[in-house]
Amino acid sequence: MFGLDKKDTSKLIIVACLALLAPFILNPFPTDSALAQFNAGYPDLMQRFVIFGIFAIGFNILFGLTGYLSFGHAAFLGVGSYSAVWMFKLIGMNVIPAIVLSVIVAGLFALLIGFVSLRRSGIYFSILTLAFAQMSFNLAYSVLTPITNGETGLQLTLEDPRILGVSATADGSIPVTNLFGLEMRSTFEMAVGPWAFQFNAGYYLCALIMLAAFYLSIRIFRSPFGMMLRAVKSNQQRMNYTGLNTRPYTLAAFVISGMYAGLAGGLMASMDPLAGAERMQWTASGEVVLMTILGGAGTLIGPVLGAGFIKYFENIFSKINDNVLHTWFSFLPDGMEDAVVFIIHPFIGKGWHLTLGILFMLVVIFLPGGLVEGGQRIKGWLSRRKSKDGGKAAGETNPAE
Amino acid sequence: MGILEVKDVGKRFGGLQALSNVNLSVQENSVHAIIGPNGAGKSTLLNCLVGKLIPDTGSVMFDGQSVLGRAPYEINQMGISRVFQTPEIFGDLTVLENMMIPCFAKRDGAFELNALSSVLRQKDILQKAEHMLEEMNMADKRHMHAAAMSRGDKRRLEIGMCLSQEPRLLLLDEPTAGMARADTNNTIDLLKQISDERDITIAIIEHDMHVVFSLANRITVLAQGTPLVEDDPQNIRGNPKVREAYLGESA
Ligand SMILES: Nc1ncnc2c1ncn2[C@@H]1O[C@H](COP(=O)(O)OP(=O)(O)OP(=O)(O)O)[C@@H](O)[C@H]1O
Ligand SMILES: [Mg+2]
Repeated sequence: MFGLDKKDTSKLIIVACLALLAPFILNPFPTDSALAQFNAGYPDLMQRFVIFGIFAIGFNILFGLTGYLSFGHAAFLGVGSYSAVWMFKLIGMNVIPAIVLSVIVAGLFALLIGFVSLRRSGIYFSILTLAFAQMSFNLAYSVLTPITNGETGLQLTLEDPRILGVSATADGSIPVTNLFGLEMRSTFEMAVGPWAFQFNAGYYLCALIMLAAFYLSIRIFRSPFGMMLRAVKSNQQRMNYTGLNTRPYTLAAFVISGMYAGLAGGLMASMDPLAGAERMQWTASGEVVLMTILGGAGTLIGPVLGAGFIKYFENIFSKINDNVLHTWFSFLPDGMEDAVVFIIHPFIGKGWHLTLGILFMLVVIFLPGGLVEGGQRIKGWLSRRKSKDGGKAAGETNPAE
Repeated sequence: MGILEVKDVGKRFGGLQALSNVNLSVQENSVHAIIGPNGAGKSTLLNCLVGKLIPDTGSVMFDGQSVLGRAPYEINQMGISRVFQTPEIFGDLTVLENMMIPCFAKRDGAFELNALSSVLRQKDILQKAEHMLEEMNMADKRHMHAAAMSRGDKRRLEIGMCLSQEPRLLLLDEPTAGMARADTNNTIDLLKQISDERDITIAIIEHDMHVVFSLANRITVLAQGTPLVEDDPQNIRGNPKVREAYLGESA
C-alpha cells in the first residue's frame, strides 16, 4: 500500500492506530480513580508526544542512517518556532503559512550549519553542531532581541499587524491559532461512564502531520538515497572510491532532518503561540538524541517509541510528589513509610532526570538496539516458546531492520 | 601511448623522498605488475594515481586527461576502480546492496537525490547486481551481511563491485596479501578470467612472485622510490639488477 511493502505498511498502520486512538489508549483509568495520575490523554501532553515524535523521526534520518551525531538539532526546532510565531504576528492566525515558513527557514538554517559542520566527521562534527546551536541560543537570548524578544520570549500582542487577520478579536483579546477557522484549542469531551476522553483539534492536526512525516521517512529509508546514507555510515572510503561524493548525501540528510525539526518547532508554536530561546538549548538537543537511541537508532519505529516513552515518563514521574508517595505507602508502619518515601524521593518530581538517566543506561547496556530490540527479543522468545510447545522447529528470529 | 602515463612523479614525506622520477606507461588491455621491496613506494604511487595523494612533481594522465587535483570519486568516474589491500566493502549492508551501490554510481553519477522511489523498483540496477553476483559465484550469499563473509569472499565481492562499474583501469594493491594458498589461487584465476574476457587494463601491486608471474605481461620494478627496470616477465626473471634489488632478497 502507498508504495510500501507489507511489513512497512503494517508499521505505518500500527503507528496510525496508536496516534489516532491515543485519546483512548492514554486514558485507561477512570477520571476519579487513584490511578488517574497515570493517564496521559490530555491535549497538551498528547501534542507533545507527536511533536517530539516528528523531531525524533527527522533526527533519525541523519543519525540512524548516516551515523552523524548532531548535538545541535534543537536550534532548528527553535528557529521553526520563532518563524511560526512571526507568521502569527505579521500574517494571521492560520497555522498553515506558519508551519510552511518554519520548515523552509529551518531548512535554510540547516543548509548553512550543515555545510560548515559536515567538513568534519565523528566527534568533531558533533562538537561543531553543538557550538553552532549554543551560539544560536546565545544570540537568541541577547543580540537578536529585536527578533526573538530575548529572555521573555516571543509572544503575540494586541498591536501585531496580522495583515490577513485581525489584531484583536471583537472582545479585545488576542486571536487564537486556527486551521481555516478550526481553532487548535477546541476540544471535544466524551464521557463514557467514569471515563472522560478528550479529542483536541490541535492534537489531530499534529498527529496527521506526524503520520505524513513517518510515511515520508519510510520512503526515504527504502529509497536509493537511504541506501547511500547507510553506505556512508558503513564505509566512506569505499564510497569515495566507488565514484560517489559523500558530502552532498550527508548534507541532504542533514537538511531534511533539520526541516523535520523545524516542522516540530512550527507545530509547537501553532499549538501554543510563543517561542523562547530555551527551546534551542543543548539540553533540548540532547533530549532528541536520547529519544532516538532509547527507541532504537536506525529503526523506523524506534524514534516514535523513544519520544513517547520519554515524554510520558517525564510527565508522570515529575508529577509524583512526596504527598502522593505517602498515600501510596500509607499501609506501611510509620517509620518504614518515611524511609521508603525518603529513598524514592530523589527519583521523582524534579529528580525525574535521575530516573531517566538510569533507564537510559540500562537500555544502552542491555538493549543496545533500544526498545525496538527489546520488542524483537520478546517476539523471538515467544515464537521459540510457541514452536517448542508445538514440537516444531524454532522459527527464525527477525534480523534487525 | 599507454592508457595510463606517469611522468616524472615525485613525492616527499617530510625528510623522506618516497618517490622520485617515476615514469610509467601502462598499455591498454595489459596486466601490468609493479613489484619492489618493502617501502619501495608502491602504495604511495598507487595513491597518487587515485587522488588520495597529490604528487609534488610530475604528471599523471589517464586516457589523455590529467587526474591530478581531482577527488577520488571524480577519478573513479573517469574509469579507474581500486581494490584495497584489506577488502573495503560496506560491511553493514547485504551482499546484494553492496553490489547495487557501484551500479547506482555508474548510472546516476556522484550524487543523485533519489529519496522517494523504492530500491525494489530499480529493476535495471537489481538485474545488473544479480548478474554480477552470479558471475562472481556468490549469488547464494546475496542476503548475507557482507561483514560476515570470509576474507576470500570479501575480496571477490570487492573485485565484483569494481567490475560492475565497467572500469577501463582496475588497480589492485596486494590483492592476495594475507590469503591462504587456495584463496590466492582462486584470486589469480578470477583476475586471469577478467583480463581475458573483458576490455580492461589491470595494474597490480604484488609481493607474491607466484601471482606476479602467473598474471603479468609487463612488470615494473620499483626500488627506493624509482623504477629500476620495466620489461617482460621472462626478462625480469633473469635480470641481475632485479635479482640483487628484490628477488635476491627473497631467494
Ligand atoms: N603518509 C605517509 N607519511 C609519511 N611517510 C609515508 C607515508 N606513506 C608512506 N610513507 C613512507 O614512504 C615509504 C614508501 O611507502 P609505501 O607504503 O609506498 O611502500 P610500499 O612499497 O607500498 O611498501 P610495502 O611493500 O611494505 O607495502 C615508506 O618508507 C613509508 O614509511
Ligand atoms: Mg604497500
